[in-house]
Amino acid sequence: MAETVIAAAPAIAAPAPPRTVIEAEKLNIAFAAADRPVVALQDVDLTVAEGDFVSLIGPSGCGKTTLLRAIADLAPLTSGTLTVNGMSPDQARRNRAYGYVFQAPALFPWRNVQRNVTLPLELIGMTKEERERRAAENLALLGLKDFAKKFPWQLSGGMQQRVSIARALSFNPSLLLMDEPFGALDEITRDSLNLHVHELWRRTGMTAVFVTHSIPEAVFLSTRIVVMSARPGRVLRVIESRLPAQRTLDMRDDPAFVAVAHQVRESLREGHSYD
Amino acid sequence: MISLFRRPLPFVTVMAALIVSWYAAAYFLNAPQAINLMDPDDTNNFWAVVQAAWSMDRPVLPTPDQIAANLADSIFNYPLNSPRNFLLQTAYTAETAITGLIIGTLLGTLIAIGIVHARVLDRALMPWVIASQTVPILAIAPMVMVALGNIGLTGLPPKAAIVAYLSFFPITVGMVKGFRSPDSMQLDLMRTYNANGAETFFKLRWPVAVAFLFPSLKVAVALAVTGAIVAELPTGAQVGLGARLLAGSYYGQTMMMWGALVLASLLALSLIGCVRLGEVALTRARGGRL
Repeated sequence: MAETVIAAAPAIAAPAPPRTVIEAEKLNIAFAAADRPVVALQDVDLTVAEGDFVSLIGPSGCGKTTLLRAIADLAPLTSGTLTVNGMSPDQARRNRAYGYVFQAPALFPWRNVQRNVTLPLELIGMTKEERERRAAENLALLGLKDFAKKFPWQLSGGMQQRVSIARALSFNPSLLLMDEPFGALDEITRDSLNLHVHELWRRTGMTAVFVTHSIPEAVFLSTRIVVMSARPGRVLRVIESRLPAQRTLDMRDDPAFVAVAHQVRESLREGHSYD
Repeated sequence: MISLFRRPLPFVTVMAALIVSWYAAAYFLNAPQAINLMDPDDTNNFWAVVQAAWSMDRPVLPTPDQIAANLADSIFNYPLNSPRNFLLQTAYTAETAITGLIIGTLLGTLIAIGIVHARVLDRALMPWVIASQTVPILAIAPMVMVALGNIGLTGLPPKAAIVAYLSFFPITVGMVKGFRSPDSMQLDLMRTYNANGAETFFKLRWPVAVAFLFPSLKVAVALAVTGAIVAELPTGAQVGLGARLLAGSYYGQTMMMWGALVLASLLALSLIGCVRLGEVALTRARGGRL
Protein backbone atom coordinates (compact mmCIF):
# COMPACT_ATOMS: atom_id res chain seq x y z
CA MET A 1 0.00 0.00 0.00
CA ALA A 2 2.66 2.43 1.15
CA GLU A 3 4.73 1.77 -1.95
CA THR A 4 1.88 2.71 -4.24
CA VAL A 5 1.51 6.03 -2.47
CA ILE A 6 5.21 6.80 -2.73
CA ALA A 7 5.25 5.83 -6.39
CA ALA A 8 2.29 8.04 -7.16
CA ALA A 9 3.44 11.09 -5.26
CA PRO A 10 6.26 12.33 -7.51
CA ALA A 11 4.02 12.11 -10.57
CA ILE A 12 1.67 14.65 -9.02
CA ALA A 13 4.33 16.86 -7.50
CA ALA A 14 6.71 17.00 -10.49
CA PRO A 15 6.44 20.55 -11.88
CA ALA A 16 5.97 20.38 -15.63
CA PRO A 17 7.62 23.16 -17.61
CA PRO A 18 4.87 25.58 -18.62
CA ARG A 19 3.85 24.88 -22.18
CA THR A 20 2.09 27.44 -24.37
CA VAL A 21 -1.52 26.40 -24.89
CA ILE A 22 -2.91 29.41 -26.72
CA GLU A 23 -0.90 31.85 -28.77
CA ALA A 24 -2.46 34.76 -30.65
CA GLU A 25 -0.41 37.17 -32.70
CA LYS A 26 -1.69 40.30 -34.46
CA LEU A 27 -5.15 38.80 -34.42
CA ASN A 28 -7.79 40.76 -36.35
CA ILE A 29 -11.42 39.88 -36.65
CA ALA A 30 -13.95 41.96 -38.58
CA PHE A 31 -17.57 41.22 -39.35
CA ALA A 32 -19.27 42.27 -42.56
CA ALA A 33 -21.96 44.88 -41.93
CA ALA A 34 -24.30 46.93 -44.12
CA ASP A 35 -22.03 49.97 -44.69
CA ARG A 36 -18.52 48.98 -43.62
CA PRO A 37 -17.02 46.04 -41.74
CA VAL A 38 -17.24 46.15 -37.93
CA VAL A 39 -13.84 45.58 -36.34
CA ALA A 40 -14.36 43.24 -33.40
CA LEU A 41 -10.68 42.63 -32.59
CA GLN A 42 -7.64 44.66 -33.64
CA ASP A 43 -4.04 43.46 -33.38
CA VAL A 44 -4.64 41.25 -30.37
CA ASP A 45 -1.65 39.44 -28.90
CA LEU A 46 -2.27 36.85 -26.22
CA THR A 47 -0.31 33.98 -24.73
CA VAL A 48 -1.85 31.46 -22.38
CA ALA A 49 0.46 28.95 -20.72
CA GLU A 50 -0.49 25.54 -19.44
CA GLY A 51 -2.21 25.75 -16.06
CA ASP A 52 -3.07 29.42 -16.43
CA PHE A 53 -6.44 30.76 -15.46
CA VAL A 54 -6.88 33.74 -17.76
CA SER A 55 -9.85 36.08 -17.51
CA LEU A 56 -10.87 38.35 -20.36
CA ILE A 57 -12.57 41.44 -18.96
CA GLY A 58 -13.83 44.59 -20.62
CA PRO A 59 -16.93 46.60 -21.49
CA SER A 60 -19.63 45.28 -23.82
CA GLY A 61 -18.44 45.18 -27.41
CA CYS A 62 -14.74 44.83 -26.57
CA GLY A 63 -14.58 41.52 -28.42
CA LYS A 64 -13.86 39.29 -25.44
CA THR A 65 -16.50 36.78 -26.46
CA THR A 66 -15.30 36.99 -30.07
CA LEU A 67 -11.76 36.20 -28.94
CA LEU A 68 -12.98 33.17 -27.00
CA ARG A 69 -15.08 32.04 -29.97
CA ALA A 70 -12.05 32.42 -32.25
CA ILE A 71 -10.02 30.19 -29.94
CA ALA A 72 -12.85 27.64 -30.10
CA ASP A 73 -13.06 27.94 -33.90
CA LEU A 74 -16.60 29.27 -33.62
CA ALA A 75 -15.63 32.60 -35.24
CA PRO A 76 -13.36 32.96 -38.29
CA LEU A 77 -10.18 35.07 -38.21
CA THR A 78 -9.73 37.96 -40.60
CA SER A 79 -5.95 38.08 -40.25
CA GLY A 80 -3.14 37.18 -37.86
CA THR A 81 -2.23 33.85 -36.37
CA LEU A 82 -3.84 31.85 -33.63
CA THR A 83 -2.73 28.47 -32.36
CA VAL A 84 -4.29 26.17 -29.79
CA ASN A 85 -2.02 23.40 -28.54
CA GLY A 86 0.26 24.31 -31.44
CA MET A 87 -2.50 23.60 -33.95
CA SER A 88 -4.86 25.80 -35.89
CA PRO A 89 -8.17 26.41 -34.04
CA ASP A 90 -9.91 24.19 -36.59
CA GLN A 91 -7.53 21.26 -35.99
CA ALA A 92 -7.75 21.80 -32.23
CA ARG A 93 -11.54 21.67 -32.38
CA ARG A 94 -11.41 18.52 -34.47
CA ASN A 95 -9.15 17.00 -31.81
CA ARG A 96 -11.65 18.04 -29.13
CA ALA A 97 -8.97 20.10 -27.41
CA TYR A 98 -11.32 22.10 -25.24
CA GLY A 99 -14.59 22.09 -23.32
CA TYR A 100 -16.81 25.11 -23.88
CA VAL A 101 -19.30 26.63 -21.44
CA PHE A 102 -21.77 29.07 -22.99
CA GLN A 103 -23.51 32.14 -21.54
CA ALA A 104 -26.64 30.04 -21.11
CA PRO A 105 -26.61 26.37 -20.01
CA ALA A 106 -27.73 25.23 -23.52
CA LEU A 107 -28.85 21.89 -22.09
CA PHE A 108 -31.05 19.62 -24.18
CA PRO A 109 -34.43 19.63 -22.39
CA TRP A 110 -35.38 16.16 -23.67
CA ARG A 111 -32.35 14.61 -21.97
CA ASN A 112 -32.02 14.22 -18.25
CA VAL A 113 -28.98 15.62 -16.44
CA GLN A 114 -26.95 12.44 -16.82
CA ARG A 115 -27.68 12.10 -20.52
CA ASN A 116 -26.83 15.76 -21.06
CA VAL A 117 -23.43 15.14 -19.53
CA THR A 118 -22.87 11.98 -21.58
CA LEU A 119 -23.78 13.69 -24.88
CA PRO A 120 -20.17 14.51 -25.90
CA LEU A 121 -19.08 11.02 -24.80
CA GLU A 122 -21.69 9.46 -27.11
CA LEU A 123 -20.16 11.41 -29.97
CA ILE A 124 -16.71 10.11 -29.08
CA GLY A 125 -18.14 6.61 -29.20
CA MET A 126 -17.55 5.63 -25.60
CA THR A 127 -19.36 2.59 -24.20
CA LYS A 128 -22.51 3.20 -22.18
CA GLU A 129 -20.88 1.88 -19.01
CA GLU A 130 -17.86 4.15 -19.33
CA ARG A 131 -20.07 7.13 -20.21
CA GLU A 132 -22.16 6.69 -17.12
CA ARG A 133 -19.12 6.24 -14.90
CA ARG A 134 -17.58 9.46 -16.22
CA ALA A 135 -20.87 11.35 -15.90
CA ALA A 136 -21.27 10.20 -12.30
CA GLU A 137 -17.73 11.37 -11.53
CA ASN A 138 -18.20 14.80 -13.04
CA LEU A 139 -21.62 15.30 -11.53
CA ALA A 140 -20.22 14.42 -8.11
CA LEU A 141 -17.42 16.93 -8.66
CA LEU A 142 -20.01 19.67 -9.11
CA GLY A 143 -22.25 18.52 -6.26
CA LEU A 144 -24.96 17.19 -8.55
CA LYS A 145 -24.79 13.51 -7.64
CA ASP A 146 -28.45 13.33 -6.60
CA PHE A 147 -29.77 15.12 -9.66
CA ALA A 148 -28.59 12.76 -12.43
CA LYS A 149 -32.11 11.63 -13.29
CA LYS A 150 -33.70 15.08 -13.12
CA PHE A 151 -34.56 17.03 -16.25
CA PRO A 152 -32.99 20.46 -16.87
CA TRP A 153 -36.22 22.38 -16.29
CA GLN A 154 -36.48 20.84 -12.83
CA LEU A 155 -33.23 22.56 -11.77
CA SER A 156 -32.43 26.15 -10.83
CA GLY A 157 -30.41 28.33 -13.20
CA GLY A 158 -27.24 27.88 -11.17
CA MET A 159 -27.61 24.11 -11.13
CA GLN A 160 -28.25 24.06 -14.86
CA GLN A 161 -25.02 25.97 -15.43
CA ARG A 162 -23.20 23.49 -13.18
CA VAL A 163 -24.56 20.67 -15.36
CA SER A 164 -23.21 22.46 -18.41
CA ILE A 165 -19.78 22.69 -16.74
CA ALA A 166 -19.93 18.98 -15.92
CA ARG A 167 -20.79 18.35 -19.57
CA ALA A 168 -17.82 20.45 -20.75
CA LEU A 169 -15.54 18.48 -18.42
CA SER A 170 -16.96 15.08 -19.33
CA PHE A 171 -14.22 14.13 -21.79
CA ASN A 172 -11.44 15.54 -19.58
CA PRO A 173 -10.30 18.37 -21.84
CA SER A 174 -7.08 20.05 -20.74
CA LEU A 175 -8.51 23.43 -21.77
CA LEU A 176 -11.77 24.90 -20.52
CA LEU A 177 -13.27 27.91 -22.29
CA MET A 178 -16.04 29.75 -20.45
CA ASP A 179 -18.07 32.60 -21.92
CA GLU A 180 -19.67 34.64 -19.10
CA PRO A 181 -21.08 31.45 -17.65
CA PHE A 182 -22.51 33.13 -14.56
CA GLY A 183 -23.64 36.43 -16.08
CA ALA A 184 -27.32 35.61 -15.70
CA LEU A 185 -27.10 34.37 -12.11
CA ASP A 186 -27.63 36.13 -8.78
CA GLU A 187 -24.59 37.08 -6.74
CA ILE A 188 -24.95 34.37 -4.09
CA THR A 189 -25.18 31.62 -6.71
CA ARG A 190 -22.33 33.22 -8.60
CA ASP A 191 -20.09 33.17 -5.49
CA SER A 192 -20.74 29.51 -4.93
CA LEU A 193 -20.10 28.65 -8.59
CA ASN A 194 -16.88 30.67 -8.53
CA LEU A 195 -15.74 28.45 -5.66
CA HIS A 196 -16.71 25.36 -7.66
CA VAL A 197 -14.75 26.52 -10.71
CA HIS A 198 -11.75 27.51 -8.61
CA GLU A 199 -11.70 24.10 -6.90
CA LEU A 200 -12.01 22.32 -10.24
CA TRP A 201 -9.18 24.30 -11.73
CA ARG A 202 -6.93 23.68 -8.71
CA ARG A 203 -7.71 20.01 -8.59
CA THR A 204 -7.34 19.24 -12.29
CA GLY A 205 -4.56 21.70 -13.15
CA MET A 206 -6.26 22.46 -16.44
CA THR A 207 -5.90 25.66 -18.42
CA ALA A 208 -8.90 28.01 -18.39
CA VAL A 209 -9.97 31.06 -20.34
CA PHE A 210 -12.87 32.86 -18.73
CA VAL A 211 -14.86 35.79 -20.15
CA THR A 212 -16.51 38.03 -17.58
CA HIS A 213 -17.94 41.47 -16.85
CA SER A 214 -17.25 41.19 -13.15
CA ILE A 215 -14.04 42.54 -11.61
CA PRO A 216 -14.31 40.53 -8.34
CA GLU A 217 -15.00 37.35 -10.29
CA ALA A 218 -11.99 37.93 -12.56
CA VAL A 219 -9.66 38.69 -9.64
CA PHE A 220 -10.95 35.80 -7.56
CA LEU A 221 -10.47 33.17 -10.27
CA SER A 222 -7.51 34.29 -12.35
CA THR A 223 -3.77 33.99 -12.45
CA ARG A 224 -3.80 36.59 -15.22
CA ILE A 225 -6.39 39.18 -16.13
CA VAL A 226 -6.56 40.49 -19.69
CA VAL A 227 -8.19 43.92 -19.72
CA MET A 228 -9.74 44.83 -23.07
CA SER A 229 -11.18 48.04 -24.50
CA ALA A 230 -13.97 48.54 -27.01
CA ARG A 231 -14.29 49.98 -30.51
CA PRO A 232 -12.06 48.52 -31.75
CA GLY A 233 -11.54 45.53 -29.42
CA ARG A 234 -7.98 45.60 -28.16
CA VAL A 235 -5.92 44.19 -25.33
CA LEU A 236 -5.12 47.12 -23.03
CA ARG A 237 -3.14 45.42 -20.34
CA VAL A 238 -2.40 42.02 -18.87
CA ILE A 239 -2.43 42.03 -15.08
CA GLU A 240 -0.67 39.23 -13.21
CA SER A 241 -2.44 38.31 -10.01
CA ARG A 242 -0.06 37.04 -7.34
CA LEU A 243 -2.77 36.02 -4.90
CA PRO A 244 -2.23 32.67 -3.17
CA ALA A 245 -3.19 29.62 -5.19
CA GLN A 246 -5.84 28.50 -2.72
CA ARG A 247 -8.55 31.16 -2.65
CA THR A 248 -11.53 31.76 -0.39
CA LEU A 249 -14.46 34.10 -0.70
CA ASP A 250 -13.31 36.06 2.38
CA MET A 251 -10.07 36.87 0.61
CA ARG A 252 -11.94 39.44 -1.38
CA ASP A 253 -11.62 41.84 1.56
CA ASP A 254 -7.81 41.42 1.79
CA PRO A 255 -5.71 44.43 0.77
CA ALA A 256 -3.87 42.31 -1.83
CA PHE A 257 -7.16 41.33 -3.48
CA VAL A 258 -8.47 44.91 -3.34
CA ALA A 259 -5.22 46.16 -4.89
CA VAL A 260 -5.53 43.83 -7.89
CA ALA A 261 -9.19 44.76 -8.29
CA HIS A 262 -8.23 48.42 -8.18
CA GLN A 263 -5.56 47.88 -10.83
CA VAL A 264 -8.16 46.22 -13.09
CA ARG A 265 -10.60 49.10 -12.56
CA GLU A 266 -7.89 51.68 -13.34
CA SER A 267 -7.03 49.84 -16.56
CA LEU A 268 -10.69 49.73 -17.55
CA ARG A 269 -10.89 53.49 -16.92
CA GLU A 270 -7.85 54.05 -19.16
CA GLY A 271 -9.76 52.24 -21.89
CA HIS A 272 -12.68 54.67 -21.39
CA SER A 273 -14.86 51.82 -20.21
CA TYR A 274 -16.67 54.12 -17.83
CA ASP A 275 -17.30 57.01 -20.27
CA MET B 1 -59.15 14.95 -23.24
CA ILE B 2 -58.64 14.30 -19.54
CA SER B 3 -60.38 17.57 -18.65
CA LEU B 4 -63.34 16.34 -20.69
CA PHE B 5 -63.86 13.44 -18.29
CA ARG B 6 -63.11 15.38 -15.13
CA ARG B 7 -65.39 18.30 -15.95
CA PRO B 8 -67.94 17.01 -18.42
CA LEU B 9 -70.56 19.77 -17.94
CA PRO B 10 -69.42 22.20 -20.67
CA PHE B 11 -69.16 19.40 -23.20
CA VAL B 12 -72.52 17.87 -22.22
CA THR B 13 -74.21 21.30 -22.41
CA VAL B 14 -73.04 21.91 -25.98
CA MET B 15 -73.98 18.34 -26.89
CA ALA B 16 -77.50 18.78 -25.49
CA ALA B 17 -77.95 22.08 -27.33
CA LEU B 18 -76.84 20.41 -30.58
CA ILE B 19 -79.24 17.51 -30.15
CA VAL B 20 -82.19 19.78 -29.36
CA SER B 21 -81.55 21.97 -32.40
CA TRP B 22 -81.03 18.84 -34.52
CA TYR B 23 -84.48 17.48 -33.63
CA ALA B 24 -85.99 20.94 -34.21
CA ALA B 25 -84.30 21.16 -37.62
CA ALA B 26 -85.44 17.63 -38.48
CA TYR B 27 -89.01 18.68 -37.71
CA PHE B 28 -88.88 21.83 -39.87
CA LEU B 29 -87.11 20.14 -42.79
CA ASN B 30 -89.15 16.94 -42.83
CA ALA B 31 -92.62 18.23 -41.82
CA PRO B 32 -93.72 19.46 -45.30
CA GLN B 33 -93.11 16.02 -46.84
CA ALA B 34 -94.42 14.22 -43.80
CA ILE B 35 -97.69 16.16 -44.01
CA ASN B 36 -98.05 15.17 -47.66
CA LEU B 37 -97.74 11.51 -46.78
CA MET B 38 -99.98 11.60 -43.71
CA ASP B 39 -103.63 10.88 -43.27
CA PRO B 40 -105.13 14.39 -43.92
CA ASP B 41 -107.22 14.11 -40.73
CA ASP B 42 -104.06 14.02 -38.56
CA THR B 43 -102.29 17.05 -40.06
CA ASN B 44 -103.74 19.38 -37.45
CA ASN B 45 -102.42 17.21 -34.65
CA PHE B 46 -99.00 18.77 -33.91
CA TRP B 47 -97.62 15.78 -32.06
CA ALA B 48 -98.60 13.40 -34.85
CA VAL B 49 -96.80 15.62 -37.37
CA VAL B 50 -93.71 15.70 -35.18
CA GLN B 51 -93.71 11.92 -34.86
CA ALA B 52 -94.12 11.52 -38.60
CA ALA B 53 -91.34 14.02 -39.33
CA TRP B 54 -88.97 12.16 -36.99
CA SER B 55 -89.63 8.70 -38.40
CA MET B 56 -89.69 9.03 -42.16
CA ASP B 57 -88.16 6.30 -44.32
CA ARG B 58 -86.27 8.77 -46.51
CA PRO B 59 -86.10 11.99 -44.52
CA VAL B 60 -84.38 15.18 -45.66
CA LEU B 61 -82.66 15.25 -42.29
CA PRO B 62 -82.72 12.03 -40.29
CA THR B 63 -82.78 12.29 -36.50
CA PRO B 64 -79.78 11.09 -34.43
CA ASP B 65 -81.74 8.07 -33.19
CA GLN B 66 -82.60 7.09 -36.79
CA ILE B 67 -78.94 7.36 -37.80
CA ALA B 68 -77.89 5.30 -34.80
CA ALA B 69 -80.54 2.64 -35.50
CA ASN B 70 -79.50 2.50 -39.15
CA LEU B 71 -75.84 2.11 -38.21
CA ALA B 72 -76.62 -0.56 -35.63
CA ASP B 73 -78.71 -2.44 -38.20
CA SER B 74 -75.84 -2.38 -40.72
CA ILE B 75 -73.25 -3.42 -38.18
CA PHE B 76 -75.15 -6.16 -36.32
CA ASN B 77 -77.55 -7.57 -38.92
CA TYR B 78 -75.08 -8.11 -41.76
CA PRO B 79 -71.96 -10.28 -41.73
CA LEU B 80 -68.63 -8.45 -41.46
CA ASN B 81 -67.74 -9.31 -45.06
CA SER B 82 -70.98 -7.93 -46.47
CA PRO B 83 -70.64 -4.62 -48.33
CA ARG B 84 -73.76 -3.52 -46.48
CA ASN B 85 -71.85 -3.67 -43.21
CA PHE B 86 -70.55 -0.19 -42.39
CA LEU B 87 -67.60 -1.58 -40.44
CA LEU B 88 -66.24 -3.22 -43.59
CA GLN B 89 -66.51 0.10 -45.45
CA THR B 90 -64.85 1.92 -42.55
CA ALA B 91 -62.01 -0.61 -42.61
CA TYR B 92 -61.42 0.10 -46.33
CA THR B 93 -61.31 3.84 -45.69
CA ALA B 94 -59.08 3.38 -42.63
CA GLU B 95 -56.68 1.24 -44.69
CA THR B 96 -56.44 3.97 -47.33
CA ALA B 97 -56.10 6.78 -44.79
CA ILE B 98 -53.46 5.03 -42.65
CA THR B 99 -51.37 3.81 -45.61
CA GLY B 100 -51.48 7.27 -47.18
CA LEU B 101 -50.74 8.92 -43.86
CA ILE B 102 -47.63 6.79 -43.32
CA ILE B 103 -46.38 7.52 -46.85
CA GLY B 104 -47.25 11.21 -46.44
CA THR B 105 -45.44 11.44 -43.10
CA LEU B 106 -42.29 9.78 -44.46
CA LEU B 107 -42.39 11.87 -47.62
CA GLY B 108 -43.13 15.08 -45.71
CA THR B 109 -40.25 14.43 -43.32
CA LEU B 110 -37.83 13.62 -46.15
CA ILE B 111 -38.78 16.81 -47.99
CA ALA B 112 -38.32 18.79 -44.75
CA ILE B 113 -34.87 17.25 -44.22
CA GLY B 114 -33.93 18.22 -47.77
CA ILE B 115 -35.24 21.75 -47.36
CA VAL B 116 -33.39 22.29 -44.09
CA HIS B 117 -30.07 20.84 -45.23
CA ALA B 118 -29.78 22.22 -48.76
CA ARG B 119 -30.45 25.85 -49.55
CA VAL B 120 -31.01 24.94 -53.19
CA LEU B 121 -33.82 22.56 -52.19
CA ASP B 122 -35.35 25.29 -50.00
CA ARG B 123 -35.57 27.53 -53.06
CA ALA B 124 -36.46 24.74 -55.48
CA LEU B 125 -38.98 22.73 -53.47
CA MET B 126 -40.82 25.06 -51.11
CA PRO B 127 -42.79 26.94 -53.82
CA TRP B 128 -43.92 23.59 -55.28
CA VAL B 129 -44.87 22.27 -51.88
CA ILE B 130 -47.13 25.27 -51.35
CA ALA B 131 -48.45 25.25 -54.93
CA SER B 132 -49.35 21.56 -54.59
CA GLN B 133 -51.92 22.44 -51.95
CA THR B 134 -53.58 25.19 -53.97
CA VAL B 135 -54.85 22.65 -56.51
CA PRO B 136 -58.32 21.38 -55.49
CA ILE B 137 -58.01 17.73 -54.52
CA LEU B 138 -61.39 17.02 -56.14
CA ALA B 139 -59.86 18.02 -59.49
CA ILE B 140 -56.62 16.15 -59.08
CA ALA B 141 -57.96 12.90 -57.60
CA PRO B 142 -59.60 11.55 -60.81
CA MET B 143 -56.46 12.38 -62.81
CA VAL B 144 -54.27 10.50 -60.35
CA MET B 145 -56.67 7.55 -60.59
CA VAL B 146 -56.55 7.54 -64.39
CA ALA B 147 -52.78 8.06 -64.59
CA LEU B 148 -51.93 5.37 -62.04
CA GLY B 149 -54.62 3.07 -63.42
CA ASN B 150 -52.90 3.25 -66.79
CA ILE B 151 -49.68 1.85 -65.38
CA GLY B 152 -51.61 -0.92 -63.71
CA LEU B 153 -51.97 0.55 -60.23
CA THR B 154 -55.54 0.16 -59.02
CA GLY B 155 -57.22 -0.30 -55.66
CA LEU B 156 -55.24 0.88 -52.67
CA PRO B 157 -52.07 2.47 -54.21
CA PRO B 158 -53.72 5.34 -56.13
CA LYS B 159 -56.02 6.13 -53.18
CA ALA B 160 -53.10 6.09 -50.76
CA ALA B 161 -51.20 8.36 -53.16
CA ILE B 162 -54.01 10.93 -52.98
CA VAL B 163 -54.03 10.77 -49.19
CA ALA B 164 -50.23 11.13 -49.11
CA TYR B 165 -50.50 14.10 -51.46
CA LEU B 166 -52.77 15.86 -48.97
CA SER B 167 -51.15 14.83 -45.71
CA PHE B 168 -47.47 15.41 -46.49
CA PHE B 169 -48.00 19.17 -46.47
CA PRO B 170 -48.62 19.86 -42.76
CA ILE B 171 -45.82 17.40 -41.95
CA THR B 172 -43.33 19.22 -44.18
CA VAL B 173 -44.28 22.65 -42.84
CA GLY B 174 -44.14 21.47 -39.21
CA MET B 175 -40.89 19.53 -39.57
CA VAL B 176 -39.11 22.34 -41.43
CA LYS B 177 -40.01 24.58 -38.50
CA GLY B 178 -38.91 21.85 -36.08
CA PHE B 179 -35.58 21.09 -37.75
CA ARG B 180 -34.80 24.81 -37.72
CA SER B 181 -35.71 25.24 -34.05
CA PRO B 182 -32.34 24.43 -32.39
CA ASP B 183 -30.83 27.75 -31.34
CA SER B 184 -27.39 28.91 -32.43
CA MET B 185 -25.93 28.02 -29.03
CA GLN B 186 -27.06 24.40 -29.31
CA LEU B 187 -25.65 24.23 -32.84
CA ASP B 188 -22.36 25.82 -31.68
CA LEU B 189 -22.22 23.24 -28.90
CA MET B 190 -22.42 20.41 -31.41
CA ARG B 191 -19.68 22.15 -33.41
CA THR B 192 -17.38 22.24 -30.37
CA TYR B 193 -17.84 18.45 -30.20
CA ASN B 194 -16.81 18.24 -33.86
CA ALA B 195 -20.16 16.58 -34.58
CA ASN B 196 -20.88 15.93 -38.27
CA GLY B 197 -24.16 16.65 -40.04
CA ALA B 198 -25.67 13.25 -39.28
CA GLU B 199 -24.73 13.42 -35.59
CA THR B 200 -26.15 16.93 -35.30
CA PHE B 201 -29.30 15.69 -37.00
CA PHE B 202 -29.87 12.68 -34.78
CA LYS B 203 -28.70 14.15 -31.46
CA LEU B 204 -30.17 17.64 -31.86
CA ARG B 205 -32.42 18.44 -34.84
CA TRP B 206 -34.54 15.29 -34.77
CA PRO B 207 -35.27 15.28 -31.00
CA VAL B 208 -36.30 18.95 -31.23
CA ALA B 209 -38.42 18.41 -34.35
CA VAL B 210 -40.30 15.40 -32.98
CA ALA B 211 -42.26 17.75 -30.71
CA PHE B 212 -43.46 19.55 -33.86
CA LEU B 213 -44.47 16.27 -35.48
CA PHE B 214 -47.53 15.71 -33.29
CA PRO B 215 -49.51 18.90 -34.02
CA SER B 216 -48.68 18.38 -37.71
CA LEU B 217 -49.86 14.77 -37.52
CA LYS B 218 -53.20 15.84 -36.04
CA VAL B 219 -53.82 18.15 -38.99
CA ALA B 220 -52.58 15.43 -41.35
CA VAL B 221 -55.01 12.87 -39.87
CA ALA B 222 -58.00 15.11 -40.58
CA LEU B 223 -56.74 15.66 -44.13
CA ALA B 224 -56.02 11.94 -44.57
CA VAL B 225 -59.59 10.87 -43.76
CA THR B 226 -61.03 13.57 -46.05
CA GLY B 227 -58.53 12.55 -48.72
CA ALA B 228 -59.39 8.86 -48.39
CA ILE B 229 -63.10 9.61 -48.85
CA VAL B 230 -62.47 11.89 -51.83
CA ALA B 231 -60.21 9.24 -53.34
CA GLU B 232 -63.02 6.66 -53.09
CA LEU B 233 -65.40 8.76 -55.20
CA PRO B 234 -63.91 8.59 -58.72
CA THR B 235 -63.18 4.83 -58.73
CA GLY B 236 -66.79 4.14 -59.57
CA ALA B 237 -67.52 4.22 -55.88
CA GLN B 238 -66.73 0.57 -55.21
CA VAL B 239 -65.69 0.41 -51.57
CA GLY B 240 -65.25 2.64 -48.55
CA LEU B 241 -67.21 5.31 -46.73
CA GLY B 242 -66.82 7.60 -49.74
CA ALA B 243 -68.59 5.01 -51.87
CA ARG B 244 -71.40 4.81 -49.32
CA LEU B 245 -71.70 8.59 -49.35
CA LEU B 246 -71.96 8.65 -53.12
CA ALA B 247 -74.44 5.76 -53.25
CA GLY B 248 -76.50 7.45 -50.54
CA SER B 249 -76.69 10.66 -52.50
CA TYR B 250 -77.62 8.84 -55.75
CA TYR B 251 -80.51 7.05 -54.16
CA GLY B 252 -81.64 9.74 -51.73
CA GLN B 253 -80.62 7.53 -48.80
CA THR B 254 -79.80 10.29 -46.34
CA MET B 255 -79.44 7.84 -43.46
CA MET B 256 -76.73 5.99 -45.33
CA MET B 257 -74.89 9.28 -45.95
CA TRP B 258 -75.14 10.33 -42.34
CA GLY B 259 -74.00 6.92 -41.20
CA ALA B 260 -70.90 7.25 -43.39
CA LEU B 261 -70.29 10.74 -42.01
CA VAL B 262 -70.55 9.57 -38.41
CA LEU B 263 -68.13 6.70 -39.01
CA ALA B 264 -65.71 8.96 -40.91
CA SER B 265 -65.55 11.36 -37.98
CA LEU B 266 -65.19 8.48 -35.51
CA LEU B 267 -62.34 7.15 -37.66
CA ALA B 268 -60.61 10.55 -37.64
CA LEU B 269 -61.14 10.87 -33.88
CA SER B 270 -59.62 7.48 -33.15
CA LEU B 271 -56.63 8.20 -35.40
CA ILE B 272 -56.10 11.49 -33.57
CA GLY B 273 -56.40 9.49 -30.34
CA CYS B 274 -53.54 7.27 -31.55
CA VAL B 275 -51.42 10.35 -32.30
CA ARG B 276 -52.23 11.66 -28.83
CA LEU B 277 -51.13 8.32 -27.30
CA GLY B 278 -47.78 8.62 -29.05
CA GLU B 279 -47.46 12.19 -27.82
CA VAL B 280 -48.22 11.17 -24.23
CA ALA B 281 -45.73 8.28 -24.38
CA LEU B 282 -42.94 10.53 -25.64
CA THR B 283 -43.77 13.23 -23.09
CA ARG B 284 -43.51 10.62 -20.31
CA ALA B 285 -40.17 9.42 -21.65
CA ARG B 286 -38.95 13.00 -21.50
CA GLY B 287 -39.89 13.45 -17.87
CA GLY B 288 -43.19 15.25 -18.46
CA ARG B 289 -42.35 17.88 -21.03
CA LEU B 290 -42.27 17.53 -24.77
